[in-house]
Amino acid sequence: MLDQAEGYTTADGRRIGPVVMEMKNITLRFGGVEAIKDISFDIREGEIRAIIGPNGAGKSSMLNVISGFYVPQEGQVFYQGQPRPPMKPFQVARQGIARTFQNIALFEGMSVLDNVMTGRLTHMQTGLFWQSMWKGKAEQEETANREVAEKIIDFLEIQAIRKTPVARLPYGLKKRVELARALAAEPSLLLLDEPMAGMNVEEKEDMSRFILDVNDEFGTTIALIEHDMGVVMDLSDRVVVMDYGKKIGDGTPDEVRNNQDVIDAYLGVAHD
Amino acid sequence: MTKTLEGAEGLRSVPALLHRNATQFADAPAYREKEFGIWQSWTWSQALEEIEALALGMIDLGVAEGDFVAVIGRNRPRLYWAMMSAQMCGAIPVPLYNDAAAEEMAYTLGHCGAKYVVAGDQEQVDKVMEIQDQLPQFEEMIYLDPRGLRKYDHEKLRSYEQIQYNGRAKREMLVAEMNARIAKLDYDSTAVMLYTSGTTGNPKGVVLSNRNVIETSRTSSEFDGLRQTDDILAYLPMAWVGDFIFSVGQALWTGYCTNCPESPETMMTDLREIGPTYYFAPPRVFENQLTNVMIRMEDASPLKKRMFDHFMAHARKVGPDLLDGKPVGLMDRLKYKLGDLLVYGPLKNTLGFTRVRVGYTAGEAIGPEIFDFYRSLGINLKQLYGQTEATVYITAQPDGQVRSDTVGVVCPGVELKINDTGEVYYRSPGVFVEYYKNPESTADTKDAEGWVATGDAGFIEPDTGHLRIIDRAKDVGKMADGSLFAPKYVENKLKFYPNILEAVVFGNGRDECTAFINIDLTAVSNWAERNNIAYASYQELAGHPQVLATIQNHVEEVNRSVAEDEMLSGCQVHRFVVLHKELDADDGELTRTRKVRRKKIEEKFHDIITALYDGSEQISTVTEVTYEDGRKGAIKATLEIRHAMVQPVATRMAAE
Repeated sequence: MLDQAEGYTTADGRRIGPVVMEMKNITLRFGGVEAIKDISFDIREGEIRAIIGPNGAGKSSMLNVISGFYVPQEGQVFYQGQPRPPMKPFQVARQGIARTFQNIALFEGMSVLDNVMTGRLTHMQTGLFWQSMWKGKAEQEETANREVAEKIIDFLEIQAIRKTPVARLPYGLKKRVELARALAAEPSLLLLDEPMAGMNVEEKEDMSRFILDVNDEFGTTIALIEHDMGVVMDLSDRVVVMDYGKKIGDGTPDEVRNNQDVIDAYLGVAHD
Repeated sequence: MTKTLEGAEGLRSVPALLHRNATQFADAPAYREKEFGIWQSWTWSQALEEIEALALGMIDLGVAEGDFVAVIGRNRPRLYWAMMSAQMCGAIPVPLYNDAAAEEMAYTLGHCGAKYVVAGDQEQVDKVMEIQDQLPQFEEMIYLDPRGLRKYDHEKLRSYEQIQYNGRAKREMLVAEMNARIAKLDYDSTAVMLYTSGTTGNPKGVVLSNRNVIETSRTSSEFDGLRQTDDILAYLPMAWVGDFIFSVGQALWTGYCTNCPESPETMMTDLREIGPTYYFAPPRVFENQLTNVMIRMEDASPLKKRMFDHFMAHARKVGPDLLDGKPVGLMDRLKYKLGDLLVYGPLKNTLGFTRVRVGYTAGEAIGPEIFDFYRSLGINLKQLYGQTEATVYITAQPDGQVRSDTVGVVCPGVELKINDTGEVYYRSPGVFVEYYKNPESTADTKDAEGWVATGDAGFIEPDTGHLRIIDRAKDVGKMADGSLFAPKYVENKLKFYPNILEAVVFGNGRDECTAFINIDLTAVSNWAERNNIAYASYQELAGHPQVLATIQNHVEEVNRSVAEDEMLSGCQVHRFVVLHKELDADDGELTRTRKVRRKKIEEKFHDIITALYDGSEQISTVTEVTYEDGRKGAIKATLEIRHAMVQPVATRMAAE
């Protein structure tokens, strides 16, 4: 069923489209260290795709390759059917890819609203002239962007902290604000680097709910890295499992769960 | 047609009032709601158009006269409209508590046989779907916030917008039918059904007629001189009679504007932005606000703190007198003006009370110190006494006669009497029609002459005519030695301390009184932070020796104060425990309006109570808790039993 080029419909009625991003034989080296060894997989439109693996398996490197931050020595990344040349981060953002970070990277001194508004940057057209004039075009644009930001704030239920400086927020809420900023860019592909790291059960449940809602409401394709197996199995449509830079499994959560290599990697078996 | 409606005679139903407002105050704001960071507003004429569209859509959906339409959600203009639309269809709106668990909802929905449910969001839709198998009469659900509901099976699910769209499209066809149904409504037709929170047993459905709602709204609006230009903030549960009267009854009668907060968490910010002129809050809200102010002052710079303390002392001295229009010396007046500029004004602004002209508190007794704090700032806070069965109003304090220890004089049109056991009875145009499908309870509560028992013990002060409530009639008891036992009296004194959130006093029929105490996490955790005390959980903080010592001090201070009252000196607390969990409505320990359910608590914590009386020094216990999503868990704890110093009992006792 998965190889249908035009996509398919999941059991809960979500529409999964054709492949939007494809990794072909990616190898990434840092000097003599091979962080990623000859990995290939794809991401389909509208799906939640997880990359899991033990510590040091190369998950974050993989995400950085997807986001265009690392350029692999070998292999090719295809985005929307086109081979992707090396790009600057802002070019990646303009392509409709947004991300969150494992260690929160927000502007601590700015309010939640301002942080979310920075996510709209790629959607702002007016130049320095109009911005400094303020009236007219720039003002209209600000209003339109604020509207989008407010919809996101409402969606993620962070109205009560709209004007609060980020530095004063607890960790779990900062993570949510980061998600809000990424969503404000209205991305077609959203990359989440360990969205639930360091959260308690309740915060994880909330975050899972939001990830599912984002996917459902906006149809956003989501690729996420996660440590917590339970969360991953519940959330994702398909899972890539990495270990020591190699891909050891790829498929639906059920397929992955029953994969002997994956079980070995997680339970620990002597590597000979 | 509008001609007749404008006269008081024509105003015999809620929809009739709405029509009057849409003509008389057409362009005045009727509803505001903060959404997406901006206050959206609707004028009375716009509101009428929206409500009619929904009503027509409901008729199209099949809502028939006499059907019950349940409304579940947080305070939002569209849900208030849904209630009025139901009334326009000749149906009966039944607002339910939005934080009730699914099983609780199954009872109320099943009891009234609601055919239609208007749900605020996915959470409420989920709950109703979970129980819909138990509801044979249930037909359709209308939801307001479509978020997360797109994939749901829409066989019995309609969006609010869709219903309004249908209503607008079929207006020509259905408008005659709607107007005919509105015309049929008179003073005796049912306006609303409200479920009591049920301190004991299952909730009862209180049926209120248009007469109850409109008469009460009229007299109470006149009593307080409410104006068309007033603003209120609607944030208390829609299922509570008070909210229905403030946000629907009085709002329609006087035509003032109902403002709904963006979300429950933003309530304080929204309060400040709106600056209501007419404000209601249960004592708990005022307590919390005072606690927050005190905590913030603790953290303030020494200069600010000294200024606050100095001027607050002055305010306590002359503030209430100024408010009551009593004579105050010129110097004191000038100093109060200065204080207003430096402290009271900014403080009121922070609290959102700058514009409050009429403020009420009710539901429970308020600590005199809390009450005086707000009045000394110049906020006209008053008390009223009422219940669902009376359509709120029984007694209220008129301007200029406000005291913390009474609940005021009888409201216009209300008669009061006290029977031999001290229980308060009343009779008024607001007296409810009946308990739905429960003639026995109706007969128990309301006698043939229309007198209703309040269940509260109290007396009328001979010289002032003010009513004083001692306690719930069934809670007032006797100690083993025959002296009076009034737990609420002691609990209220304990609860004044910012560190104490809730207290439950036991002692009926026993030699000595004992107490359960809940710490206030906001206050105590702040204290712990400032004193570098580390804790991992509520339970650990509640069991911390220093916390216990502080609470013990509070208990002993209360004992001293209780000992001064001759009648109640027997109620001093001899021993107490600080509970390891917060009493919670989800665990059935409090009602949804957060009143203590003594029976439940006594049953649930019987082991701790036994330990309080058998001389143990500590008690190990396991308590079942219910999480927000309905799952159950258990907390294990070992609690220390503390002995509090008591004052020697007054002479009256020794003489007996």
